[in-house]
Amino acid sequence: MESLGSTRRSFAPWADPKAKPYIQIENVTKRFGDFTAVDDLTLTIYEREFFALLGASGCGKSTLLRMLGGFETPSAGRILLDGQDLRGIPPYKRPVNMMFQSYALFPHMSVEANIAFGLKQEGMPRGQIAERVVQMLKLVKLEQFAARKPHQLSGGQRQRVALARSLAKRPKVLLLDEPLGALDKKLREETQFELMDLQHELGLTFVVVTHDQEEAMTMADRIAIMEKGNVLQVATPPEIYEAPNSRFVADFVGSINMFEGKLREKGSRGSRIVRPDGLALSADAPADAVVGDMVWMAVRPEKMKVSGARPDNAVNSMEGEVWDIAYLGDMTIYYVKLDDGTIVKASTVNSLRKIGDELTWHDRAWVSFAPDAAVVLAR
Amino acid sequence: MNRALSAIFRRLVIVVPYAWLLVFFLVPFFIVFKISLSQTAIAMPPYVPTFGLAEGWSALFGRLGELSFENYVWLFGDPLYVNAYLSSVWIAGVSTALTLAVGYPIAYGMARAPSSVRPLLLMLVILPFWTSFLIRVYAWIGILKPEGLLNQFLFFLGVIDQPLIILNTTTAIYIGIVYSYLPFMVLPLYATLEKMDYSLIEAAGDLGCPPLTAFWKITFPLSLPGVLAGCMLVFIPAVGEFVIPDLLGGPRTLMIGKTLWTEFFNNRDWPVASAVAVILLIILVVPIVFFQRAQARAQEAGR
Repeated sequence: MESLGSTRRSFAPWADPKAKPYIQIENVTKRFGDFTAVDDLTLTIYEREFFALLGASGCGKSTLLRMLGGFETPSAGRILLDGQDLRGIPPYKRPVNMMFQSYALFPHMSVEANIAFGLKQEGMPRGQIAERVVQMLKLVKLEQFAARKPHQLSGGQRQRVALARSLAKRPKVLLLDEPLGALDKKLREETQFELMDLQHELGLTFVVVTHDQEEAMTMADRIAIMEKGNVLQVATPPEIYEAPNSRFVADFVGSINMFEGKLREKGSRGSRIVRPDGLALSADAPADAVVGDMVWMAVRPEKMKVSGARPDNAVNSMEGEVWDIAYLGDMTIYYVKLDDGTIVKASTVNSLRKIGDELTWHDRAWVSFAPDAAVVLAR
Repeated sequence: MNRALSAIFRRLVIVVPYAWLLVFFLVPFFIVFKISLSQTAIAMPPYVPTFGLAEGWSALFGRLGELSFENYVWLFGDPLYVNAYLSSVWIAGVSTALTLAVGYPIAYGMARAPSSVRPLLLMLVILPFWTSFLIRVYAWIGILKPEGLLNQFLFFLGVIDQPLIILNTTTAIYIGIVYSYLPFMVLPLYATLEKMDYSLIEAAGDLGCPPLTAFWKITFPLSLPGVLAGCMLVFIPAVGEFVIPDLLGGPRTLMIGKTLWTEFFNNRDWPVASAVAVILLIILVVPIVFFQRAQARAQEAGR
């Protein structure tokens, strides 16, 4: 399979106001008794997009996916697919297919029969079914396993059968519920790229639900971060990571240091906050808050510098003591405890071979960050 | 030391069920089988030869020659017995099919019910066992007889002007068997349906199956082990059933259980009665073996 590379870079229909939305989720609410799983949610997904719903368990992402598949009915709001309202259309009449988290392979049928199941249902002629099945088996590299039963396959192979089965009908949209959840780490990483290649090759729209942020970051064109039935931010992986719009998103994706302080200045030249201990920190990023409000300046660990001596020209530097060191091989993470008790996480890439470090436990250390490394979060 | 002990224990664990089978199944079977090879006689017990060591070993071996398969030849020569077997198998088969038709929707409904009410439903299925089987069958006489509750009710509704004759017909036997053996059908069906993964049905729907098609293509094939278990649990005792045909079926019904009873107690012909029992056992063992193999295969596939 060819790699995707540059063709993907220019894919950004969401930035084009003339682009026609493909899936429109409009003010959708889903209640189960007293519990609101999805709360007045609005979302737009474009054709050929690889869209990820990312959130912790119970955030409503699976419920949203099941509403797209037709397994749940929205309590309010509507869902449009290619302009058509999906309300009242049962799952077996929807042009979408779902890959289930448990795979839901039919245990009494062979791999072949599983893949052919949807096609037979459609009334496709026999010859064509056989042709399509061979094609799907080839796509997921399971040609030798056609006659096996699901219980005779490994977890990874079952995942591929489930994928082949859900793709066999050439759905307009493929819904994937934690597609890689049951695979081990190594297989998961390989499969991520295969899924991306497949989606690109077939030109389909994928909506994937996951709780694994790395998975979402790797595969998706855009990610929607969900919490308590709401979407907090919808953006490309770099935007989510570098420009989170809230503390929840910043904290959920990757790890981040937060410095709380009162907003002192904001303007075209950036923002400035003052921490309770009187230390001022400044950032190039604008602040979406009123001067005088409490805000958070957030900096990713890899954007923090740690040094044994006070840095010469650093604007934002704070003094503390090395509290913990985690040596991971490719990088080292320093946990520096500031004098006010805040623990700051700073990671350095070990680009040179060196054994033994100048900084060690309980040394005095300075952590600093450049003004363009921080974002200011008001909520 | 410890290993030797555990090896002994492991063998003991296997020995216990086999010893049970030997003492309570195989030995009685051979006694019945031996009687079936004897001749009836006006004696105590009512057949010859009898074996005992009172006259010494040689006399005992000498009498072995007196055993014969005459009774079996007699059984197959008389259409009464052949017909009784055939009609028993037929009645049991029809009843089993009816029980399945009634039991499947019940089990399905129970398996799909909210998990909070399932224990209650299960209780209700088992509840009839708390009353004596005999009394429950007797109660059906009161319901089915010409001036019984059913006819009175239908008269009241104005559906009929002549009483329905149900009691002392095969229909009454079907009703009795379906009613009595329903729990044996529902419980294994419920057990298989309850543990079935509902996402399979959703997946079938997702792939274009309307609910009814999904049932026949997914739910039903996957519940076959339960269907088989339920059918065996109903069919096997129903073939040899005596109480229900005797009480509800009237004197004209021909079932092997009744024939057996007549031979033993009315004709006092123990050898023929024993031969009838042996043949019945063979008729029943065949489906049991079939069932065992099907179950082993299902277990293999379900892994």
